[in-house]
Amino acid sequence: MLGPRGGGGVRWTRTGPAARKAARACGRVYDRGPMVDPLNLPEDRSEAGFGDYKPALGPAQALAEANRCLYCADAPCVQKCPTAIDIPEFIRKISTGNLKGSARTILDANIFGMSCARVCPVEVLCVGGCVYNEMDAPPIAIGRLQRYVTDAALAEDWRYFTAGPASGRSVGLVGGGPASLAAAHELRRRGHACTIYDAGHWLGGLNTTGVAPYKLRADDALAEVAYVLGIGGIAVESGVHIGRDVGWDALLARHDALFIGVGLGADRVLDIPGKQLAGIDGAVAFIEKFKLGRVDLGGVKRAVVVGGGNTAVDAVRELVGLGVSEVTMLYRGDEAAMSGYEHEWKAAKIEGVRSLWHTQPTAYVERDGRVAGLRCVKLGADKRPLAGEEFEVPAELVLLAIGQARLGELVAGLGGVQLEGGRLIVDADGATGNPRVYAGGDCANGGKEVVNAVAEGKRAALAIDRALTASASK
Amino acid sequence: MAFGTSVDLTSNTGGIVTPNPFWLASAPPANSGGQIMRAFDAGWGGAVWKTLGTPIQNVSSRFGALHFKGTRAIGFNNIELITDRPLEVNFREIAEVKKRYPKHGVIVSLMVETRDEWRDMIKRSIDAGADGLELNFGCPHGMCERGMGSAVGQEPALNEKITSWAVEFSTIPVLVKLTPNVDHINPHGLAAKRGGAHGVSLINTIKSLIAVDIDRFVPEPRVAGLSTNGGYCGAAVKPIAMHMIGSLARDPDFGLPISGIGGVANWRDAVEFILLGCSSVQVCTEVMLRGYRVVGDMIEGLTEYMRSHGFSTIEEMRGKAVPQFSEWGELDLNYETVAKIDPDKCIGCHACVVACHDGAHQCIHPAPKAAGTRVPVVDESECVGCNLCQIVCPVPDCITMAAVDNGFKPATWNEFQSEGKPLRPKKGAH
Repeated sequence: MLGPRGGGGVRWTRTGPAARKAARACGRVYDRGPMVDPLNLPEDRSEAGFGDYKPALGPAQALAEANRCLYCADAPCVQKCPTAIDIPEFIRKISTGNLKGSARTILDANIFGMSCARVCPVEVLCVGGCVYNEMDAPPIAIGRLQRYVTDAALAEDWRYFTAGPASGRSVGLVGGGPASLAAAHELRRRGHACTIYDAGHWLGGLNTTGVAPYKLRADDALAEVAYVLGIGGIAVESGVHIGRDVGWDALLARHDALFIGVGLGADRVLDIPGKQLAGIDGAVAFIEKFKLGRVDLGGVKRAVVVGGGNTAVDAVRELVGLGVSEVTMLYRGDEAAMSGYEHEWKAAKIEGVRSLWHTQPTAYVERDGRVAGLRCVKLGADKRPLAGEEFEVPAELVLLAIGQARLGELVAGLGGVQLEGGRLIVDADGATGNPRVYAGGDCANGGKEVVNAVAEGKRAALAIDRALTASASK
Repeated sequence: MAFGTSVDLTSNTGGIVTPNPFWLASAPPANSGGQIMRAFDAGWGGAVWKTLGTPIQNVSSRFGALHFKGTRAIGFNNIELITDRPLEVNFREIAEVKKRYPKHGVIVSLMVETRDEWRDMIKRSIDAGADGLELNFGCPHGMCERGMGSAVGQEPALNEKITSWAVEFSTIPVLVKLTPNVDHINPHGLAAKRGGAHGVSLINTIKSLIAVDIDRFVPEPRVAGLSTNGGYCGAAVKPIAMHMIGSLARDPDFGLPISGIGGVANWRDAVEFILLGCSSVQVCTEVMLRGYRVVGDMIEGLTEYMRSHGFSTIEEMRGKAVPQFSEWGELDLNYETVAKIDPDKCIGCHACVVACHDGAHQCIHPAPKAAGTRVPVVDESECVGCNLCQIVCPVPDCITMAAVDNGFKPATWNEFQSEGKPLRPKKGAH
């Protein structure tokens, strides 16, 4: 069931002015249901109760902060940005009142500038590079300045980019997250036809379903997707599993090139007794549930999150925000060994999150058919269980943030494409072993930031454009 | 030796003695008795009363400002004229202020036309108890079109004549306030001297057009749909003021006391003015922007400066920088400096790199990638010692200009012209 279904599919069902505006911005969207209309998200979804972790700057604050920027040459902040936004330039434009130019500088480098401004770990990227750090002065709040500009750009629908003249070439993009969307936007600027195939319902990938709500809410993520699609000419097929519903060969027959940006798979599970009990969930799955809908945590007083990465750190902070009174992070290593960002974990501790280090769950505890806790054992320095060091942790909710399944069979049958440890192997341009197939984002990098996905999608788009242009001129 | 020096801030400007050298300039902050008494309470040593003459009618708006990178009003401009209050009210208030504040200086600024008017106004000022007079030969807007203000200040003969009338009628010191709207200040200062003035005050405001409203296409300040030129002042005019003050201070034919005006916003500015020969300084814009209270820091800062430099009186420090204010032809062409970057202080912003490449002589380069540092490298064989890098560097004392011994003996342009003294090879001139 590929191809435009002009009259067949259910299209925009809302008729309010915002929906109409979004629909106009998106051009033709083919789907069984609306995928990018924020109005179709439930109003009472649980994420709506979260406040802003880094509140928006007002005009006076933005101006004062912009005026502090030293306008470095060959600036370290830019070097730290995977999308190489010309940060001193966009900040200078804020200081002169050239906000539209400022947004152009950001969005030309990174069409997801709005969400990156909110979700980037700026402390270890641009802001971490600010030279003010070297003189013990507060670094420039680059993320908040970028948000100041891009919020205005999206709210007022400032548009800079138009589709290039039709090249007659077409690219299929598998996965509807930031990597594919950034790639499609770049390809449209160069005139190539684009179709995005997404297995889910909502576009935007983890930006829509996975980012902590105190950083970015689903409705804002969807508004940004609509803005990106606004370049026009990006067809979208959702609810389609490529490789299952549609074969790779069929897709290759239909497009001149493919981009794979499918992200990671489902949350991994702990294979211990009791794993089927209610009250156990994967962290990524749970986060999606409360971002897009309402979760009922009425019976949950204590929750445990297993893992030590950024998903685990997000999950513990989110559970606190959702009102769980006792939240514990349980990790087999310790604070020094965890891969979650230090600044995020620090914030979690301030919010009252507890920790159990060097701990491994051995079984779930059951009560009335639900999970009631975890049986655990302490690990020694050699990571082996210590005899006699067993204990129970009570919990009415257990979230697993111990990684996500890798692609495996998804790309089986796609000739030339190779995997390593579940990741697609790509070169510096995002090219796989198949000359017509490129990839980027989490499925290729193993799980990094939104800004990495955007950079990789854009980089692959440029490589695809070069390849298509070269083959066209033959 | 510095610690413990007892400091006396008493200032004497041509016989006008005030408890400290900080005066309010003749301007809106010195418009009325109530204001001036509050200023004296805050610590100001003197005040030059807003210019008295035939009361005028003012316009709305009257002020405009130059804002820069988030700092408001680094420059300021006004089209306000002299007093708009009845003369009898002004004189009554002058008397009241002098009665209540006998030790503070009240200087009355005057601007009238005829000899008889000058005689009358001077008498009334003295009767009210004024400590001195300031002849407003400086106002560059509104009054000059009526033949007063800078119309007088720009014409040395007129300046001398009216000054001589004032000196003739006055029993108290007479200062002449000079306009900067002239090609060279010295003839005008000398004219005041020939007229018998006891001192001068400068600079008055600079003829200016401060801004254009880019949506209305009307310059500012906007009066209905039109605007006009105004008088420029504020922090941004300080260099112009200091040049003119220094020019008079070093003129051996001049030698009158100077009350310095123009961009004095804090004690540091005041120190610079005094080092350039001023006996007192006058402040308007900073007070208009921030109030009389700024004088507290001025007094404290100046006192601490004098103490730390071993000066016990204003007179001891006055003019200390004047001998070093020389002519280009007297500068040593063989003196050579190069920029040195302190690697421990450098934050790697590359401001110096871009400034040197685009604005100077292309001698500061990013370190090679392999060096693994963002501390730039100065090619000293190309560095002309221009100083731009030091100016743009955001870190205090990170870039210094180090003197280089190039083996050449000092040689000025004048010496080169007259004696053919050898000059070092030029740098950066290829």
